[in-house]
Amino acid sequence: MSVHEQFAEDLALHALGTLQGEERVSLEKHLEGCAGCRRELEQLRGDMALMALSTAGPVPPRRARQRLIEAVAREPRRSAAPAKRRWWTLVPWVAAAALAAGLVALWLQNSDLQRRVAGLQDQSAQQLAELQRAREVVSTLTATDAMRVTLVAAKTPPQPQGKAIYVRDRSSLIFLASNLQQLPAQKAYELWLIPTSGAPIPAGVFKPDAHGSATVVNPPLPLGVQAKAFAITVEPESGSSAPTLPIVMFGAGE
Amino acid sequence: MPFGKWREGKRIHDEESLGNPPGVAHPYFKWKEINCLSGTEPKGDRTDAAVLLAIRSGDENGMAALYDRYSAVVYSVALRVLGDTGAAEDVLQEVFMQLWRNPGLFDSSRGSLGPWLAVIARHRAIDGLRKRRPETDIADVVVSVEPDMAGDAERARAMEKVRGTLGSMPSAQRQALEMAYFEGLSHSEISEKTGEPLGTIKTRIRSGLLALRKAFAT
Repeated sequence: MSVHEQFAEDLALHALGTLQGEERVSLEKHLEGCAGCRRELEQLRGDMALMALSTAGPVPPRRARQRLIEAVAREPRRSAAPAKRRWWTLVPWVAAAALAAGLVALWLQNSDLQRRVAGLQDQSAQQLAELQRAREVVSTLTATDAMRVTLVAAKTPPQPQGKAIYVRDRSSLIFLASNLQQLPAQKAYELWLIPTSGAPIPAGVFKPDAHGSATVVNPPLPLGVQAKAFAITVEPESGSSAPTLPIVMFGAGE
Repeated sequence: MPFGKWREGKRIHDEESLGNPPGVAHPYFKWKEINCLSGTEPKGDRTDAAVLLAIRSGDENGMAALYDRYSAVVYSVALRVLGDTGAAEDVLQEVFMQLWRNPGLFDSSRGSLGPWLAVIARHRAIDGLRKRRPETDIADVVVSVEPDMAGDAERARAMEKVRGTLGSMPSAQRQALEMAYFEGLSHSEISEKTGEPLGTIKTRIRSGLLALRKAFAT
């Protein structure tokens, strides 16, 4: 950084403290924005300090030292006057205060978020528990190794049985069957939802296991259909869009 | 003659009688000055920074140590300006008390303590001489200079160099510089007194200070 020549001489006068009036105002304004000239001013003051060395010779009288020590003792540091602060010396404090305020805001926000997260965690845990119970129910109902026992009146030979559980609002259907007869290859049972009006709606194709048991869980169904009965027919493995007679099992809703 | 009363006669007389150029000290004075400048150095390797730290923590002995190190520098410049021992003592007291009351005024990251004290002492003495309120805010004064004046030998060498440089300046230039420095006269006032043009005075003052700098740059 170099010194601006037009201010070079005024800088020397300013260092000496003898620059006055408009020249001083103009230079001080320039110094605010010119690091090169500020540096030169510091150096000129250094030159002035050298000038002071030329005066060396006399020593202060002994009493001057005693006077200072007594004055210092009278003014312990606790009563020290605060330094005259320049605005830029406040900058770090202002920045620190802003940072602290920011941190408090962040902390509050963080606390709020933590509360919300904790709430969501509780909710999530609750839902997880419900889901787990539902899974256990479905898993028990649909497990291939589950023992399925249909209780009937004593001494009655086992009969094919099916139980359909249907919730209309959710279009959710669970169908459990037992003691079903085995079918020839390429044939399968098909469950039908018989609506209160209109044609039967396919509700799943299935084959019984070796024990004659079968399960259908939530087959694709149109939403909100009112069912009046369920029926089972024997269809090709790929299923049919309309039931083929005869109806092998039938049950009407209560 | 801008020199203070204490110096008129004896020193100049001795120099002249010994055939030294004006402003160049005789070896006798060098010895005397070395002792005067350094005072009693604090024992051990206590640096300015360590002494300042002690002062900042409220240690009164730190002030005594600082006084012993720099009182001669402060006092001699004040006496040179004011020409009165009592007034110089007041400046000495004021400068050191200001530092005691507020050690933060001196920023050690922006210069050395010795030169800073010398500059502050000169400012305060000029304020006293011109019967004016302090015009320079101490906290604003940053002094950039080598050497730092803390050691005896350094100061003695520096002093010799300064006197040599002043002695080798053209007398008109030295006069302008000394009038500005020791009497606190503005360039207009110097121009009036000497009859030299304003611009010439300005140039002489600046180039005088730069000559001192140059002497220490080599």
